[in-house]
Amino acid sequence: MSLTNERIQQRLTEKFGDVVTGFEEPYGMLTFTAQRDSNLKVMQFLFDDEELRFQFLTDITAVHYPERKEEELAVIYHLHNFVDNVRIRLKVFAPVAAPKVYTATSLFLSANWMERETYDFFGIDFVGHPNLKRILNVDEMTYFPMRKEFPLEDSMRVDKDDEMFGRGGNI
Amino acid sequence: MLDQKQHVNLPQGSIEKATTTLNLGPTHPATHGVFQNILEIDGERIVSAESTVGYIHRAFEKIAERRPYYQITPLTDRLNYCSSPINNMGWHLTVEKLLGIEIPKRVDYMRVIIMELARIADHLICNSVMGVDTGALTGFVYLMTYRELIYEIYEEICGSRLTTNIGRVGGFERNFTPAVWTKLDRFLEEYPKALKEFETLLTRNRIFIERTQGVGGIDAKRAMSYGFTGPNLRAAGVDYDVRVATPYCSYQDFDFTVPVGTTGDCYDRYLVRNAEMWESLSIIRQALVKLKDLPDDVYHANVPEFYLPLKEDVYTKMEALIYHFKIVMGETDIVPGEIYSAVEGANGELGFYLISDGGRSPYRLHFRRPCFIYYQAYAELVEGAMISDAIICMSSLNLIAGELDA
Repeated sequence: MSLTNERIQQRLTEKFGDVVTGFEEPYGMLTFTAQRDSNLKVMQFLFDDEELRFQFLTDITAVHYPERKEEELAVIYHLHNFVDNVRIRLKVFAPVAAPKVYTATSLFLSANWMERETYDFFGIDFVGHPNLKRILNVDEMTYFPMRKEFPLEDSMRVDKDDEMFGRGGNI
Repeated sequence: MLDQKQHVNLPQGSIEKATTTLNLGPTHPATHGVFQNILEIDGERIVSAESTVGYIHRAFEKIAERRPYYQITPLTDRLNYCSSPINNMGWHLTVEKLLGIEIPKRVDYMRVIIMELARIADHLICNSVMGVDTGALTGFVYLMTYRELIYEIYEEICGSRLTTNIGRVGGFERNFTPAVWTKLDRFLEEYPKALKEFETLLTRNRIFIERTQGVGGIDAKRAMSYGFTGPNLRAAGVDYDVRVATPYCSYQDFDFTVPVGTTGDCYDRYLVRNAEMWESLSIIRQALVKLKDLPDDVYHANVPEFYLPLKEDVYTKMEALIYHFKIVMGETDIVPGEIYSAVEGANGELGFYLISDGGRSPYRLHFRRPCFIYYQAYAELVEGAMISDAIICMSSLNLIAGELDA
């Protein structure tokens, strides 16, 4: 018996209804979005359920989409079911003005540093995290460097035409 | 008269405190990398530990957002620099999966050989350094000779030794030279003897066993919760190996076992790594047999948009010139998509989470770095242990500072 993506989607919609949306399968991995205040409930259900058993947290990271209003920041969880060997991707969108998302540290011990890293680079405020402070950058830093408003190179440089190198000049 | 207060500035409460604070690292000769641990010690026993990371953070994820895809490969070298070829291949495989490129079997097998060599190089360093930390330098000297030989093989293939930048999206930049095969044969013949000798030195060595057994142990459930992967998770008894769970690069064609331990302590981690080296040797032998049946002039897939053409073609053929220009100037647009692809790195599941928006560089690239994730368990593993146990525990976890800090 193997757990299929359709079955996972069916179980999730039965349990949560409209809270989980946007199901898709890019490159075979089931991807869906949960409402911001229920990320922990969904993960708890995925963890506890006897059929789903997503008990390994592979990764937490974030992505910044400056053009999406009120949901600029996406927190992305990769979960893994070792028994059936299935991976899923859970997304939670948060506004950049108040990016508050519940912490997963109560479920996974590994979430501690992963969330600290995500906070460090994107400024996601993980509500309930035991020790939410910067991890890779210096403590005195006042901004979140992986956000798209921080260009990698000095924008005042005139010797290099950005159109010729990679992405156009605005990012 | 000097004002005494001016010169002795003790933190508040330090006189009453019963424990001593000790900074282990960031530049301690026994930590093999830039790791800082602030230990609270009572005599020689560790009461609590706090790990500080980020000393060599180089913002690779940010840099990657401005680089064409082939220029990201050298960034991955600098993650786990003890086994850079695995990182390089992991990145190529991610891009190939995103683009849907079909890779010839011969390239797959050549990659498997390189990745398994890298795994051996990584494990032999880790295990022999464990010997050094317990006071046995001899084993280290025995095995280092063969890491040198592995590096010579890398050098024959790609021209560099440590940060290899080996291969390209779609295959290898050139075919393996005859010297590669000769050196590989020499390695396969001589290394098993050295490894056997190394095992005779340490595996049943009373001193080594007493220093490592029961030190830094973790049970399977907790190891999973802490996000352990690779040999460290397998030492705790979970037979999770990306090569078997989600085979990539034709690993399904090979016959090998996944060694597991029981207690997850330093000794089990050592045993699992040693057993994995034997498995890797067997995989390389199998790959060599399989390669005999395949045409020996195929070394890359047919992907002209991503693969530099031969120099003589660039000067004589127009298409080749165009592709050469497009690739070198980073003008190749990549299809939009979102992908997570993982390989079994030498110390755990090395994942690449890539979002492409159709541009020439990734919109977002995140590395799932195994030792960043499991290093957070270190404080728990060494609590209640002696300082000397903390050193062994650190080397047995196979922590690589470059990967930790990305």
